Amino acid sequence: MTEASEPIAEAARDGRLKAGLKARYAREGRFRLYGILAVSVAIGFLLLLLGRIVEQGHTAFYANQVTLPVYMDPVRIDRAYPQGTNFQQMVAQQQLARMGIADDPQGSQATAYRSLLSSELKFRAADMIRNDPSLIGRTVEITAPVSDEADLYYKGEVTRETAADQRRVSDLQMAWLDTLKAEGAVSTTFNTLLFTNGDSTEPELAGVLGAVVGSALMLLVTAVIAIPLGVGAAVYLEEFSRKGRITDLIEVNINNLAAVPSIVYGLLGVALFINWAHLPRSSPLVGGLVLALMALPTIIIATRSALKAVPPSIREAALAMGASRTQTVFHHVLPLAMPGVMTGTIISMAHALGETAPLLLIGMVSFVPGIPGAITEPAGALPSLVYIWENASERAFHERTAAAILVLLTFMVVMNAAAILLRRRFERRW
Amino acid sequence: MIWFLFPLVAVFAVLAYVVGRGLAQRRAAAASEGPTAHSRPEQHGYYALIWVAVPALAIALLAGVFSAPLAHNLLAAGAPEAVMELEPIRREAFFNDARLVGDGQRAFQTWPGALGQALATESERSARISQTLTWGGVAAAVLAAMMGGLFAWTQIRPALRARNRVEGWIGGLLFACSAVAILTTVGIVFSLLWDSLRFFQAVPVSDFLFGLQWSPQTAIRADQVGSSGAFGAVPLFAGTFLIMAIAMIVAAPVGLFSAIYLAEYASPLSRGIVKPVLEILAGVPTVVYGFFAALTVGPAFREFFNGIGALLVGGPMDGLGQYLLLVQNQMALVAGAVMGIMLIPFVSSLSDDIINAVPQSLRDGSYAMGATKSETVKRVLLPAALPGIAGALLLAMSRAIGETMIVAMAAGLAANLTLNPLDTVTTVTVQIVTLLTGDQEFNSPKTLAAFGLGLTLFLVTLMLNIVAQRIVQTYREQYD
Repeated sequence: MTEASEPIAEAARDGRLKAGLKARYAREGRFRLYGILAVSVAIGFLLLLLGRIVEQGHTAFYANQVTLPVYMDPVRIDRAYPQGTNFQQMVAQQQLARMGIADDPQGSQATAYRSLLSSELKFRAADMIRNDPSLIGRTVEITAPVSDEADLYYKGEVTRETAADQRRVSDLQMAWLDTLKAEGAVSTTFNTLLFTNGDSTEPELAGVLGAVVGSALMLLVTAVIAIPLGVGAAVYLEEFSRKGRITDLIEVNINNLAAVPSIVYGLLGVALFINWAHLPRSSPLVGGLVLALMALPTIIIATRSALKAVPPSIREAALAMGASRTQTVFHHVLPLAMPGVMTGTIISMAHALGETAPLLLIGMVSFVPGIPGAITEPAGALPSLVYIWENASERAFHERTAAAILVLLTFMVVMNAAAILLRRRFERRW
Repeated sequence: MIWFLFPLVAVFAVLAYVVGRGLAQRRAAAASEGPTAHSRPEQHGYYALIWVAVPALAIALLAGVFSAPLAHNLLAAGAPEAVMELEPIRREAFFNDARLVGDGQRAFQTWPGALGQALATESERSARISQTLTWGGVAAAVLAAMMGGLFAWTQIRPALRARNRVEGWIGGLLFACSAVAILTTVGIVFSLLWDSLRFFQAVPVSDFLFGLQWSPQTAIRADQVGSSGAFGAVPLFAGTFLIMAIAMIVAAPVGLFSAIYLAEYASPLSRGIVKPVLEILAGVPTVVYGFFAALTVGPAFREFFNGIGALLVGGPMDGLGQYLLLVQNQMALVAGAVMGIMLIPFVSSLSDDIINAVPQSLRDGSYAMGATKSETVKRVLLPAALPGIAGALLLAMSRAIGETMIVAMAAGLAANLTLNPLDTVTTVTVQIVTLLTGDQEFNSPKTLAAFGLGLTLFLVTLMLNIVAQRIVQTYREQYD
């Protein structure tokens, strides 16, 4: 013992022990700092991610509208077929005339002016005439969104300083837009079209409703298939199965399926549901089936842990009262595990809502205008809409992509919040 | 469509339940002198329900699944000469159009001459076939329901052990539910194998696994030069590996240190903040990460490297400067870094579980010897948890390899064989998406290549998962 303590005593005398201790505490501090740094990276990144998306997306929630006096020119409007009229061109020429600008024979000025107006103007004008043909020959005020490029100019995202190849509004057009604004014809309103329209090639008319409905139909299919199957499988594995080779095989399978990359499920969907079973491509039916197979392992795992949390005493009491095993499970264990099952199920549905890769393969990235009405019709989905819009060349789609992400995240937050509330409200501690 | 059978069967089933219950009550009342009934009337009702619904549903399901392929085969069997002379791809397209027209939709393409006339007759035939199959299926299902109901009618009597029979069926049904897991695996393996085999008939396996050239776009026409050598997947494997490595360089230390901090240092308050943050990060859809990588991280990184390049140009490292000036948005580094962030919560939550599973006695022993917290973590906890952490990292690698959206949006399409993180690379998953999106003929080697890639991806991730799960499992047992 003395030999062992001798070096320590010596170290204590010449201060090495103290220095060593100091170094050890410094290491301790540094190590703790690494941990804090790592956590800060995660938190910082989340803030950056959400901040950037809100920053990019918030402008898409409002849009600029222009209210113009339109002379419903009887020469140009066909009474029987008002939607055939080129209202934008007509309005552009009237505006140019009002400003006293003489157009060249090709009408290039009018074309330039027309491109500042959205085709919504045409739809609204045609609607007005269809409802009241007596408007022809009179001057009416029509309010319609401005085109995407004009909108970006009003929002300050495109300015005169923007490089010419980065913008499609010329300085002349900007001057016209300034005139309109100075006249008080331009108003900024909430962008309702974003929530009431399907996808469109024109950014100012493109909305998320089609994708929201598509996602909802898809999740409906997923829920109808995956929840009964998943809960059934979990009940079997947890309450009925006897240890054996088949049960082991199933368990190994479920664990592996949970880790199979999502894109492989997409390949399965292409080969099995589309090429073999000839189910309609791009439809929420196929998307829902693929997502159901993907969600199945997570639902099974969540349900099993909820069933495990029910204490054995419940089962024993029921069995002792003469209930059969099936009655025990379905009358007592499963109802008690239900809050946990619901929580796990909702979370896995929220996860399925955000899943994108398999949808790309089964054709849910094709351009689908309008709003799907059935699970067999072509449809889009929210995450694939994000992918489509992100790839679009129009600059105005960038802010709309971020807005679509915000809509998607809102749905996910609502679903997760519902799951947490369920857990809080019904959770039982045994 | 055959699917309207399901509500029909549901109505039959409810009817069967009501009738069966009533029947059991009446027969029990009639035999009131004898022994009391074994099961309650409701259980007889369920017994009848099962005998009506299960055979009918089985037939409806079979019809739903097999009617489309069967209709296709029937259509192909009776097709006229002109159609059978077409090459297989065109023939499939023709049948598809005949089916569409038969269903009252528009054909995809216009068929010239004799084929146009054939389309008219074939589409009528297609409509007839699908009608026959539909009504045949309905008739068979209704017949099966009636036979089942009749059987139940003869069986219901007081002595019938209806409850046990019903419970037997329920057990079988639950087993069938869990067997879906096996069926899914079988489905994945078969669908990948089937089309991969067709692909490997056109492109030898060795060319695919060891070829250095990937350009599937040139192989659309069979007579094109170099169309056979264009399916070398090594550049894709290299790109996948590069991005995975970058992601792990980010995710492993950050995830691990977060887990250590959460498990050993964090106060309940900071745990209460950090845990939800990590859960939110884990819940953000990957397409959102992809958007962020493409529009925020990519441009930022490019500007950074271009800035450095501008500083270096003209100096002693002029070549490097010139190179950095040309760096694009879509580089491996961007996709890898963002993917690493995505994996942080995954690594951290797995490691957190594993570190928490190390018995408290080991920590207490270490503290009793005068070790500081960090020394305990480094010398005791990490060595003890090492196998588990290795398993967690393997699982994270498998996730990184299979991740699609981030790379599809941020990594680019050029199949460069490089390990330079500033270059554009492409991955296996990106190529699968590129090969299968858009409208194209299904049977060309180009689309079949996607299945070859998918099979490779599936096998690699499966191997990683099995090894990782084995490691984690044995590690858990060590302390249980």
